Amino acid sequence: MEQPVCDNIISTLAPCLTVGGWDPGIASFVSILLGVLIVATLPLILVILLIWAERKVAARVQDRFGPNRVGPFGLLQNIADAVKLILKEDITPAGADRLIYNLAPIIAVVSVIMMWAVVPFTSVNIGADLSIGVLFFTAIGSIGTLAIMMAGWASNNKYALLGAFRVVAQLVSYEVPMVLTLLVPVLLAGTMNMQGIAFAQLGMWYIVLAPVSAVIFYVSNLAETGRAPFDLIEAESELVAGYNIEYSGMKFGLFMANEFMHAFTANLLFVVLFMGAWAGPGATEVPILGFVYLMIKTAIVYVPSLILRATIPRVRIDQMMAFNWKFLVPVALVNVIVMALLIMIVEQLGLAPSPENATDFIANIPQAAVLLLGNLLITIFALWLVRRSVRRDRLSEAARQMGSALLDERREALPATAQ
Amino acid sequence: MTAVNEWAYIGVFFAVAWILPTAPLLISAIFRPRRANAIKMQTYECGVETVGDTWVQFKVQYYIYGLVFLVFDVELIFLFPWALAYRQLDFFGFFAGLLFIFLLADALLYAVRKNALEWA
Repeated sequence: MEQPVCDNIISTLAPCLTVGGWDPGIASFVSILLGVLIVATLPLILVILLIWAERKVAARVQDRFGPNRVGPFGLLQNIADAVKLILKEDITPAGADRLIYNLAPIIAVVSVIMMWAVVPFTSVNIGADLSIGVLFFTAIGSIGTLAIMMAGWASNNKYALLGAFRVVAQLVSYEVPMVLTLLVPVLLAGTMNMQGIAFAQLGMWYIVLAPVSAVIFYVSNLAETGRAPFDLIEAESELVAGYNIEYSGMKFGLFMANEFMHAFTANLLFVVLFMGAWAGPGATEVPILGFVYLMIKTAIVYVPSLILRATIPRVRIDQMMAFNWKFLVPVALVNVIVMALLIMIVEQLGLAPSPENATDFIANIPQAAVLLLGNLLITIFALWLVRRSVRRDRLSEAARQMGSALLDERREALPATAQ
Repeated sequence: MTAVNEWAYIGVFFAVAWILPTAPLLISAIFRPRRANAIKMQTYECGVETVGDTWVQFKVQYYIYGLVFLVFDVELIFLFPWALAYRQLDFFGFFAGLLFIFLLADALLYAVRKNALEWA
């Protein structure tokens, strides 16, 4: 057995406790438990801030103040809201499947919290450094879909069920381009380990090497988390409220919290996969700086989605499905093929930086130039797809109008011949 | 940490993740009022009583989307090992992946041509 090394109380707690005279088994369990508690409560604390930020940004876009009464800048508003929700009466509708009805909000939150287990917070701190991190969060993230179906089904309400059907159709559809683009960071890094992907981006972020993948991942993440313009999840005008219509009190609160946490977590994963996670000046020497960088980067990615939500109208469900299956999925497929080809070419021509200087920005430039050229090609393909679809719409519209014009002509001509 | 420790972390995390959302529900169960009556517990409907069974027949469209999703998802799982080992492969690896993705694209094209993906 190797000698336990105790050089840092945060990242090597278990060896430190063992040195302090604890039983190794208990020491490692305590360190795991502490790590879990810190990581798992982080999203729950963050959600208070997230809802506040969401309301403030939406208010500013609409020329309002937003919450500003409870606490400084209205920061405590959400704590007050949570207390209110806890004190509210909880109504379980007649005929509901009680077990599944009560389980659904819990599973929704569990699925989001579990995703935080594989997020690399700093260069040394990561919950579980799984070798299949990418696969893990994809799998866990899909459980949220299950929770929505459970909620809609168990509510014994037609609106809830219809809402759940729609949401599930949306979520499973947008998962296809999302997982397809996940292949690109895995191809580039050659690992599914989240920390490995973060380290592989020290030289150059993947948003520079694969911008099209980043855009596709961002858009499908918006849909995956039910953010505007894809917020069919809460279709007030058509389905009253969607899958959570029968939920009240804290159970409703959990669904709300889940929605905000999921949106933030998706952006966090975007930052990890495409924007170098904790990478930044001095992040490898002073690990805690990495956490700050990670949060700043996530905020930079997250705030545009808030502004999007406040500005863009909701798309129709048929438009949304057509956009996914006829635009995003083909582009994502072409993206994977082109990126794979270019990575192979880069590898064979020796343009990729050698492992020694992989973290050097300059050494990554030849590789980036080739990959960017490929991304340009993919963009041209995407534009061609859009152009083709728009032209077809316009032609069919023109044909319709010309047809009616012809009919009008005939109608005008008809009385003359009849006379 | 060893691989076993990593999965132990996931296990403990899973247990704690269940406690965190359950706790507010339990606190709420202690403090919230309970004044149920038959009318309050009725299924929500826009001003009228619900007619018929809730668990209605649904559009076959949802099933088709589910089916197409399943095809893609299962095939994508097989693509991940390929992506993982890609840097160690030569051009044969690329063409093998190309063939596999081509089959995926073919399936998508077939579904689109059959109008299976129209929201009608």
